[in-house]
Amino acid sequence: MQKALLIDPDKCTGCLQCELACSYEHEGVFNPSKSRIRVFTFHQEGRFVPYTCTQCAEAWCQQACPVDAITLNSETGAKDVNDSACVGCKVCTIACPFGTVNYNHSTGKVIKCDLCGGDPKCVSACPTQVIVYVDADQTGYEKMRQWAKQTDNSPAASA
Amino acid sequence: MSWTGKILRVNLTEGSVNAEPLNMDWAQQYLGQRGLASKYLVEETDPKCDPLGPDNKMIMATGPLTGTIAATGGRYSVVTKSPLTNCIACSNSGGFIGAEMKHAGWDMIIFEGKSPSPVYLYVEDDHAELVDASDIWGTSVWHTDEWLHNRYQDPLLRISAVGRSAESGCLYAGIINDLHRAAGRSGVGTVMASKNLKAVAVRGTLGVGNIKDPARFMQVVNENKAILAENSVTGQGLPTYGTQVLMNVINEIGALPTKNMQEVQFDGAHDISGEAMHEPRKSDGKPNLTTNAACFGCTIACGRISTIDKGHFTVENKAKYWGNSGGLEYEAAWALGADTEVNDLDALTYANFLCNEDGYDPITFGATVAAAMELYEMGVITDEQTGGVAFNFGSAEALAKAAEWVATGEGFGKELALGSKRLCEKYGHPELSLTVKGQEFPAYDPRGIQGIGLNYVTSNRGACHVRGYTVASEVLGVPVKTDPLETEGKPELVKAFQDATAAVDSSGLCLFTTFAWDMTNIALQLDAACEGDWTPEKLVELGERVWNMERQYNMQAGVTKADDTLPERLKSEAGAARTGPAKGRYSQVEKMLPEYYEKRGWNEDGVPTDETLNRLGL
Repeated sequence: MQKALLIDPDKCTGCLQCELACSYEHEGVFNPSKSRIRVFTFHQEGRFVPYTCTQCAEAWCQQACPVDAITLNSETGAKDVNDSACVGCKVCTIACPFGTVNYNHSTGKVIKCDLCGGDPKCVSACPTQVIVYVDADQTGYEKMRQWAKQTDNSPAASA
Repeated sequence: MSWTGKILRVNLTEGSVNAEPLNMDWAQQYLGQRGLASKYLVEETDPKCDPLGPDNKMIMATGPLTGTIAATGGRYSVVTKSPLTNCIACSNSGGFIGAEMKHAGWDMIIFEGKSPSPVYLYVEDDHAELVDASDIWGTSVWHTDEWLHNRYQDPLLRISAVGRSAESGCLYAGIINDLHRAAGRSGVGTVMASKNLKAVAVRGTLGVGNIKDPARFMQVVNENKAILAENSVTGQGLPTYGTQVLMNVINEIGALPTKNMQEVQFDGAHDISGEAMHEPRKSDGKPNLTTNAACFGCTIACGRISTIDKGHFTVENKAKYWGNSGGLEYEAAWALGADTEVNDLDALTYANFLCNEDGYDPITFGATVAAAMELYEMGVITDEQTGGVAFNFGSAEALAKAAEWVATGEGFGKELALGSKRLCEKYGHPELSLTVKGQEFPAYDPRGIQGIGLNYVTSNRGACHVRGYTVASEVLGVPVKTDPLETEGKPELVKAFQDATAAVDSSGLCLFTTFAWDMTNIALQLDAACEGDWTPEKLVELGERVWNMERQYNMQAGVTKADDTLPERLKSEAGAARTGPAKGRYSQVEKMLPEYYEKRGWNEDGVPTDETLNRLGL
């Protein structure tokens, strides 16, 4: 089964565990500035929102890359960056409408979420289950279940 | 290795900024944060120095686990000599700037001297410079934060700053980081402002990549995260209610100091409790609490994010207070509320916002307002001082006014800004200042919880709950339940808590983990991350070393056995608790103190013996 990341910001506390797990997995360092997932704080609203690549089916980053460095990982569905091919031209960072592909100046390559090869570390690090890894074709399942629970069959409800 | 091995030394007099290597021998003996920074302070300054003079130093220090993925690994400490107590001060804060300092490659920043004009320190990895702060001097922490973010066009900049209270001489000004986290107690912000240092802005992109045994570290970190999640305090109580989970609990056992500590229970406790923060307000139907929030790397997330009803009298027509910001924690809610008998949750939240906006300690502030209220009701302080504001217990208006005055140092705020000791002395009633060594009590009454009273009198930074939180044992049963009204065994309990806390405060982790973790849990994480063999025994001994070093500093600064005492109100029959389970009780601190000295290896005057000092390598 192909899986996808699903993020529910309502439960996020802004702890950055996901950023630390991500940067450690990919760079061997605890360093939010090298994380592929970022948590945004909206202070006035009291909200924390993690955000990362959604692995578009027709990925702009992939189509824009002039050296075919971004390829589909057929096992995970992720669009992976092949470091040996990437020339650091950053065209993909412009093409991505969501800003989730970024340049890493210390390596001269771009970085983006690769779902950690099918075992995303942000998911296991998240203490509040804000980030979960679920059936890619059923990302709405839990939300449906929550709404289904609220369905009221009594006649009064339709009156 | 987990330390960066680098210190940034900032000489404000000369305007110089220099890197130097960390003393790694000291790191093995004092770890980081509180312990290591205190070692540097002790070595480099005269304990008799004027806290607000150029000879005092101020050290911002991370711990070896700061900036790592260890749960709660975001702490930093500010160590200096306190202008409030004239003792050593260590104020600890979470938020994000501690980790940012570490990610920029620095274990510590040492500030010395005094700048001829206002400056701030800007740090971006290896690059550090002092920059003219005349545009932000005289403005609040919140304004300074916004100004610096705009100035550098960098949303990821992390900022610690002092507010107008510190600049105008408030003796209990803190250093606020990330808008609403605070190195709050003992006037560390006052010291920072005395050096003409307005802010520290840090951006770190290097991260922490030198963990001793990364695979083992990740494994023990994950195991210990699971322990926090499964524990009822760290997994449920704190995330749901924050530290405010305690308000009703402590009130019920008759240990909630009320009305400048005249009483031990507050009728309005529920109105200002963690539970009440969840309830819809009558006025606008929204709860005070919006969400809980975490500091860097914290899987507990006890922080409160709150709003004030836009129609509340404190914020009418003041749109800048209509959004979310740091809400009430237990100590603040107690000092601003129970101790002043104000049961208006939004008024307390407003005062708390101002404490953050202009950087002053809500505990000492609230307790000082309570003392002023008692003096007002006695007719000693009158409308002449308060500018016509009726300063009665229970007055939300008086509390709000006082908060506004202290924020900027205007009017009666000038007197309130000196703390209750100086205020009560000035008006001829020193006995009404509820302090130890000049610092106000936190929210646990020593008449109803005997051990915490002994901790208060022996705490190296004056009255403080987080030097040795025996409430964990005496009330919550962690690690074992002891009777709060009993004195037997308490000297040993207090010592154990104090030593363990000093070690935790030196690690980079938050003390709140110890509701679920013991020293073994912490040692395992340190040992996987850091050079050296870190065992629970070594940690406890390190804590004891830190405690004795702080004690020595204080004695050299002029503290004597006579300072290890409680105000008469708390330790005499005349002041005995009048209601609740502790009715008729008063603190037996004098009975416990000699045994405490003995357990500590101190002589009968409370001086560490040579044998003790030698054993600890001091």
